[in-house]
Amino acid sequence: MPTTTTLADLAKTIRSKNAGTDRITFDVIFPTREVYERVRHGGVLTRETVAALFRVEDERIVDFVNFDPAFAIKFTLSRTTPSGGLGEGDIFGCQQYPPLLDIEVPAESAR
Amino acid sequence: MKSELRIVSPNGHLGFAPTKEESFAIAAATRPDYYCCDSGSDDIGPAALGSDRSVSMYDWQRHDLELMLLAAREQGVPMLVGSAGDCGTDSRVDMFVQIIRDLAAEHRLPPFKLAYFYSEVGTGDLRDRMEREVVFEGLDGRADLDPATLDRTTRAVAVAGVHPFLEALRAGADVIIGGRSSDCAVFAAPAIHEGFPPEHAYYLGKVLECASFCAEPYGAKESVIGTVTHEDVKVTAMAPHQRCTVASVAGHAMYERSNPYYEHFAGGMLDMSECRYEQYDERTTRVTGQRYVPSGDGVRVKIEGSGRLGAKYIGIAGIRDPYTIANIDTVLDLVRGEVAAQFAEVPYHLNFRVFGKNGVMGDLEPVTEIRSHELCVVVEGVAETAELAESVALLGTRQIFYARLPEVKGTAGTASFVVDEVLPASSAFEWTIHHTVPVADPMELFTLRTVEIDGTAR
Repeated sequence: MPTTTTLADLAKTIRSKNAGTDRITFDVIFPTREVYERVRHGGVLTRETVAALFRVEDERIVDFVNFDPAFAIKFTLSRTTPSGGLGEGDIFGCQQYPPLLDIEVPAESAR
Repeated sequence: MKSELRIVSPNGHLGFAPTKEESFAIAAATRPDYYCCDSGSDDIGPAALGSDRSVSMYDWQRHDLELMLLAAREQGVPMLVGSAGDCGTDSRVDMFVQIIRDLAAEHRLPPFKLAYFYSEVGTGDLRDRMEREVVFEGLDGRADLDPATLDRTTRAVAVAGVHPFLEALRAGADVIIGGRSSDCAVFAAPAIHEGFPPEHAYYLGKVLECASFCAEPYGAKESVIGTVTHEDVKVTAMAPHQRCTVASVAGHAMYERSNPYYEHFAGGMLDMSECRYEQYDERTTRVTGQRYVPSGDGVRVKIEGSGRLGAKYIGIAGIRDPYTIANIDTVLDLVRGEVAAQFAEVPYHLNFRVFGKNGVMGDLEPVTEIRSHELCVVVEGVAETAELAESVALLGTRQIFYARLPEVKGTAGTASFVVDEVLPASSAFEWTIHHTVPVADPMELFTLRTVEIDGTAR
């Protein structure tokens, strides 16, 4: 039995999208409360790990929310330039999530 | 007073891609009380607003308006559309009004009352307000608007809340075409007009604004029906393969929002932090616990502004040589230097997006090692005139072709070209205004007109 699995294996939805002109928001939605709680308490998807993964200063993480009704972890990054501006190449902000897919989540028993 | 109100939302963005007709027909057959749809977004970037155009095909917009208009007129219920033509400028409102006129004549529709309102706000008007020391508060961490940024603004729209829609409904409008509007106002307005509590009206708007995005499995452009009562909001999927589940509806509360608990609009805020979601029937989720918090300091209206940066051309260069790929940053630095030497006297913008390296994510890309055997460099040249933009983009692309590192074996050219030219793009714009402004009267930035349409008269 492997002791770790990835966020892509566990989540129902992992997406990014504009939240207004100046921000990109990330939603990681889990199929069950059990999986949600496992990831939430696993310490692998936190403000700190997100800042390290995308190599951004903490100030750029403008929201980080554990959203119980949807079994979801959600965070939002500020853009350095507004959507569609010079040098900003993802107008909808919808292809910024893939680095999240490979995050390794320890098995329940391994915590 | 009605005990419930049922609103069809056929499409999350009217005309962006055509509405699916089967689920719309299922929804229409239930004889809803209203047909409502949002048609715009700031999602599409600043170019549509700046250049006063749509980003959707005219035929798709006409198709969606025709579906809604024929069903609404046949059933004698109102139809509301917000943010006409993607960006909601005056010309887009006029275009949608003309489509409604044309459809009425084509289908010989009996007389009905059409209301429409304009959202565009002149930069001169904004300048006057600024000179009267009105503060334009920045949203999402932006600084308050300064005169220089306002000077760079080409075109601006005010984002309507429920107010113009309510005025139009009170005037007896059968069809309403709105300028730029907040998504949820299009749905909240009829519910408020019919006397339902604002917390349920605004939640109804929040959950319906993207149509089937609140249902599962994923499938866009399918109709959903929202039902508001004095106690709750329910949302039901209409496509046979879709359901509105607790997970899909609660999940939708997060969509495109920085924070899943709060939704702001002109005049107040929707607090969703205490929302309770329950599966009402197989295809329906029921939501309670939402709260409406009116703003304490009067109405603030959001302003969106777009400023022209210049003409834009795009070049495309493919690279296969492994040494060039490994040293692509050096190559691009050489190219930047060549272009800078040529255009030392004039302002321009030259940008490279290197697909196969970090073309999609830019600085957010955690993968630093190039793992591809080929790269595509998209060269973006922006300058005041089209000729200069073409020149910058073309030189930027050609110099990739010539930028050979000493160690490269091939000496005939460093790039493959799909076309031996650079391609004209729409002008480059930037979001200059993403701010709110206080108003004494919620209608003062909007102009409402009403007109009788009689398709049988011609």
